[in-house]
Amino acid sequence: MEELNKYFLNNNRRHFLKNLGFGIGGLALGSLVDPFGTGVSLQNGPQLQAGPLPLPHFAPKAKRVIYLFQSGGPSQLDLFDYKPYLNQYRGTDLPDSIRKGQRLTGMTSGQDRFPVTGSIYNFKQYGESRAWVSDLMPHVSKVVDELCFVKSMHTEAINHDPAITFFQTGSQLPGRPSIGSWMSYGLGSLNDNLPSFIVLLSTGNGKPQPQPLYSRLWGNGFLSSLHQGVQFRSGKDPVLYLQNPEGVSKNERRKMLDHLASLNEAQEKTFGDPEINSRISNYEMAYRMQTSVPEVMDISDEPDHILRMYGKNSYTPGTYAANCLLARRLIEKDVRFVQLYHTGWDQHDNLPAQIKRQAEDVDQGTAALIMDLKQRGLLEDTLVIWGGEFGRTNYCQGRLTDTDYGRDHHPRSFTIFMAGGGIKPGFSYGETDDFGYNIVKDPMHVHDLQATLLHQFGVDHEKMIYKTQGRRFRLTDVSGEVKRDILAS
Amino acid sequence: MKKLSPLLFFLGAFVFALVLRSIYPSQPDGELQPIASSGLTESSNVSIPEVVSYNFDVKPILSDKCYTCHGPDPNAVEANFRLDVSRDWYRVSQENPQKQIIFPKNLSKSELVDRIRSTRASHQMPPPESNLILSETEKQIIEKWIEQGAEWSTHWAYNSPIKNNPSDHDFDHWNLNPIDQFVGAQMAKKGLKPSARAPKELLLRRLYFDLTGLPPSVSEIDRFLKDKSEDAYEKVVDQLLQSSSYGERMASIWMDIARYADTNGYQDDTERFMWPWRDWVIHAYNKNLPYDEFVSWQLAGDLLPDATKEQILATGFNRNHMITQEGGVIEEEYRVEYVADRTATTAKSFMGLTMECARCHDHKYDELTQKDYFNLYSFFNRLEEKGRIGYQEVAEPKIKLNQELVNNELRFVQWPDSIPDVEVMVMKEVEDLRNTYVLNRGAYDAPTAIEAEGGMPENILKFDARYPKNRLGLTQWLFDPQNPLTARVAVNNLWQQLFGMGIVATPSDFGNQGALPTHPKLLDWLAVTFMEEGWDTKKMIKRMVMSATYQQSSKPNALQLEIDPKNHYLSVFPRQKLTAEMIRDNVLVSSGLFVDKIGGPSVKPYQPPGLWDDLTGGSTSNSLKRYIMSSSGNQYRRSLYTYWKRTAPPPGMVTFDASTRDYCTVERQKTSTPLQSLILLNDPQVQMAAQSIASLILDSEIEKDKDRVVAIHRRITGRIPNKKSLSEMMDYLDNIGDLHKEKEKGLSSEDIEKRSFTSLALLIYNLDETSQKS
Repeated sequence: MEELNKYFLNNNRRHFLKNLGFGIGGLALGSLVDPFGTGVSLQNGPQLQAGPLPLPHFAPKAKRVIYLFQSGGPSQLDLFDYKPYLNQYRGTDLPDSIRKGQRLTGMTSGQDRFPVTGSIYNFKQYGESRAWVSDLMPHVSKVVDELCFVKSMHTEAINHDPAITFFQTGSQLPGRPSIGSWMSYGLGSLNDNLPSFIVLLSTGNGKPQPQPLYSRLWGNGFLSSLHQGVQFRSGKDPVLYLQNPEGVSKNERRKMLDHLASLNEAQEKTFGDPEINSRISNYEMAYRMQTSVPEVMDISDEPDHILRMYGKNSYTPGTYAANCLLARRLIEKDVRFVQLYHTGWDQHDNLPAQIKRQAEDVDQGTAALIMDLKQRGLLEDTLVIWGGEFGRTNYCQGRLTDTDYGRDHHPRSFTIFMAGGGIKPGFSYGETDDFGYNIVKDPMHVHDLQATLLHQFGVDHEKMIYKTQGRRFRLTDVSGEVKRDILAS
Repeated sequence: MKKLSPLLFFLGAFVFALVLRSIYPSQPDGELQPIASSGLTESSNVSIPEVVSYNFDVKPILSDKCYTCHGPDPNAVEANFRLDVSRDWYRVSQENPQKQIIFPKNLSKSELVDRIRSTRASHQMPPPESNLILSETEKQIIEKWIEQGAEWSTHWAYNSPIKNNPSDHDFDHWNLNPIDQFVGAQMAKKGLKPSARAPKELLLRRLYFDLTGLPPSVSEIDRFLKDKSEDAYEKVVDQLLQSSSYGERMASIWMDIARYADTNGYQDDTERFMWPWRDWVIHAYNKNLPYDEFVSWQLAGDLLPDATKEQILATGFNRNHMITQEGGVIEEEYRVEYVADRTATTAKSFMGLTMECARCHDHKYDELTQKDYFNLYSFFNRLEEKGRIGYQEVAEPKIKLNQELVNNELRFVQWPDSIPDVEVMVMKEVEDLRNTYVLNRGAYDAPTAIEAEGGMPENILKFDARYPKNRLGLTQWLFDPQNPLTARVAVNNLWQQLFGMGIVATPSDFGNQGALPTHPKLLDWLAVTFMEEGWDTKKMIKRMVMSATYQQSSKPNALQLEIDPKNHYLSVFPRQKLTAEMIRDNVLVSSGLFVDKIGGPSVKPYQPPGLWDDLTGGSTSNSLKRYIMSSSGNQYRRSLYTYWKRTAPPPGMVTFDASTRDYCTVERQKTSTPLQSLILLNDPQVQMAAQSIASLILDSEIEKDKDRVVAIHRRITGRIPNKKSLSEMMDYLDNIGDLHKEKEKGLSSEDIEKRSFTSLALLIYNLDETSQKS
């Protein structure tokens, strides 16, 4: 019996559990995969219980996500949501009948006037889908037939920190897992030498001092830290502590790991603690990452025409364009969730000048990424999302002049777009009123977007739960509706 | 085990499944049924006790699967029927007047049974759309309970603890103190036997980490090994409890509960100065301030008669929450969050209640109303504080500390010469500042007309009319000897600190959804004793570490693994991973790099460059834009003192499961990831330690390589390696020496020796045993 018992403790528990109908939820492969499948032992402790999985709940359309998060709140009125009415009535006050008591941030609540303003930029229609795009996005305008615009996004938060946290975790307050962690928890990893949830950061040129980010945005919250997002940075140590110390060769490291494993195995024989096996396998994974990460970061094997497609910035590591290219490389390696953040969209003043630089940062890289995925056949099952935490007001913050204006945060309506992953291409969902202020058709709440995203992965957002502190938690909290109108048939 | 016959495979899987499935920990003392000892009985019978306990067997099921719609929250109650209180149970069935919802001792007359057995979607409970499913075992437990009379009893944790004498067991010489009698009795019922005492080296290391957070030195180990006197162990226990490292160890746990950090936390994340409060915590533990005072000062020190500066400083506890600077926020929205944070933290850390669940609506599982929540909330709502602070601003209310004040009244604050003064946030009551109203759905902009005047939930303990309705009254309620929660929660946290898991495995939830105690009588005995002894923390810790239970070996035998694979019944000492702080501090101490200096401003040890730059806003004058590493030994201080910037916390800490400090945490995660391996392999701090320890040993009088290996191994793991490991390490030393020789021709033999021993030390730093408390 001892032998048998040990066998079950040490071998491929996940397989057993799955067959026994326990589901793989609590035992799912982590963001940092554990190839021996001993992961179960890492999650002891009663607070870590499985959801009513196994997943998926139904056939998935998508396998991977690239989320191009535009931090700061891009102005939908200057990019995608064309409102000629605002140009026509430029300078007149926003009527109370439209504002309807919407709460304002502390930055404009003291203004005596709220003069509306259209965009200084021209809008045109593009593609077969006749989507409106402003001159700020010349490259994106060429790929509109791949995109699904949602012009009726709305959120509950009016300031950056809670609003970004809400988008990424489903709650305005810190402490919940981010989407990528949820997906790692629920769906596991697709590969065994890279984390399944990877984060890339870039700083925008639009604003002199962009809003900062914070690591809890890719935190695992109450889920196991196996599911935390791993930040890949530009430079010689893309993952913290990845490089061997100077002068330590691969050979040497291998030698040490071999002896280490043998010493640890001896420990395991003494204590019968399955933790030790998972430790041994973690060292092997770490060793593999030392090869796999630099490999995926090294773009020297990319042909010139590809780099040109992403634009000149793609040659500079750490830029948005370079990160888009990197995102594609990671997706090719079957990383589940690549989360980009690009800061700098917070144009309270001097918007016309700032947003031009900001849009230049992202326009070409975004378009290139979509086309690149498409030409490799990856767009089909990769969902790309582009959007920020809220939109911007139709009225001017500060002084409105002939050539200048600013816009405050606007939670009540804004635009994002998606591509691939079984989302309807060349489509536009939802409408705002002539003022670009209120949604008049097909609203999409943040939880709706999250529910729809999970749905594309075969996950019922009401069923992917995690029980802690006596309560069942979901990404979508207690709401969220799958918006089937945007799904490709 | 190379080949496994299909039958064996099935049987083993079956046993394993049963073990997992058994509703842990579902049995009170005296109602135990071995989980899987006899092998293969019918699965449905296995985890159902002979006598079903409402509190321990039935209510956890009802709570988890039924209360959402038939529980305490009146806005969510369906069919006007509640299962959490007995008054609705015996109602006549509307479907069939011959039946009741629950008919004691009669299944066929109980509608509840029809409902849980129904297969009609419209009739079945829980309804299919709830996504909640009752297992066959759960249904049988409910039925057995009805058969046995369906009796009601108050939630176990809301009954005041009663001190029962422990029952006897037959394990000879295994009664060092009452803890062992309780634990032994439980073991005996399970068919388990206690383990032998741990080898002295392992025991000493365990004790050192538990009481001081640091490893023993080689000479301390030797002294203990040589001391054959009866009280050798006890002498060490006393010595460690008297050392100042004890306070630091205890404080490092308290920092998680208190969500301590050196920055404000939201987006711009500027600096704050709460370290004098942290120094107070260390001081309070070291002078063994009784727990009731320790907590009362932190919650309400400012309200004590003639409050001293020390008592006021202690209230910094509830100002450690995050504070925003983000331009444009609506201040009241954030002010409300701060009050809510204090409310949740207080309930979680001292009462084991998930009070925050009652912020938006009455609690779904526990008998806590939204009014209860706001009554507690009102205690923390009378501060003159702002929702948003400016850059460089320290939030009011605050006290100013300077050298003079420290010299006169706060001598425990480790004040460096270099700083003029520091403002520390504290609590300050302004009577009649504002009334508290229940907020609809907990939202700052939706006050109702219902006023919350302060008080505590009556079903736990009546809030005595003599208590003032403020934070001081709250502490009087908490430390009323009749309070059923405070002492239980406190001793459970101490237990968790030593044994890795509390007697109640959910230390912050003693409610209906929380885990049940594995040793309920022991928990109560400890709780009452703690109160009787005047909330003496050191004495309680000493009692726990002096127990035979604590001193057991951590090496399980086959029977133990089979009967109790998760070791809930403590027949071996539970092997545990060291905390983030301990792992790094062990590296520093063993290598001689460690600088042992108590208190003072937080310090900045090595971290990879650029992390703050990546995540910090461009706001000019932000002193936290760039991380500047400390010098003059401050980079080698205990990890307790590592600077905590909330938006970019130290990666070496959070990777090893330190809490984020964004909110109160009573229990850390326990994970094992490749990122942890990378740190231990490649962190320059570990590299430096490996070099340092190699030099130390090579420069010492120890001459033989074997002895040198042993010496390094002892410094790092506290143990002399066995023959086999030693020869494995000697092999490695040879191999790696050859590699060094090959790689760089012309190295002196001294250089090669130095490099080889450095490599060896690094290997030992990466051993599993190094990071474990065995």
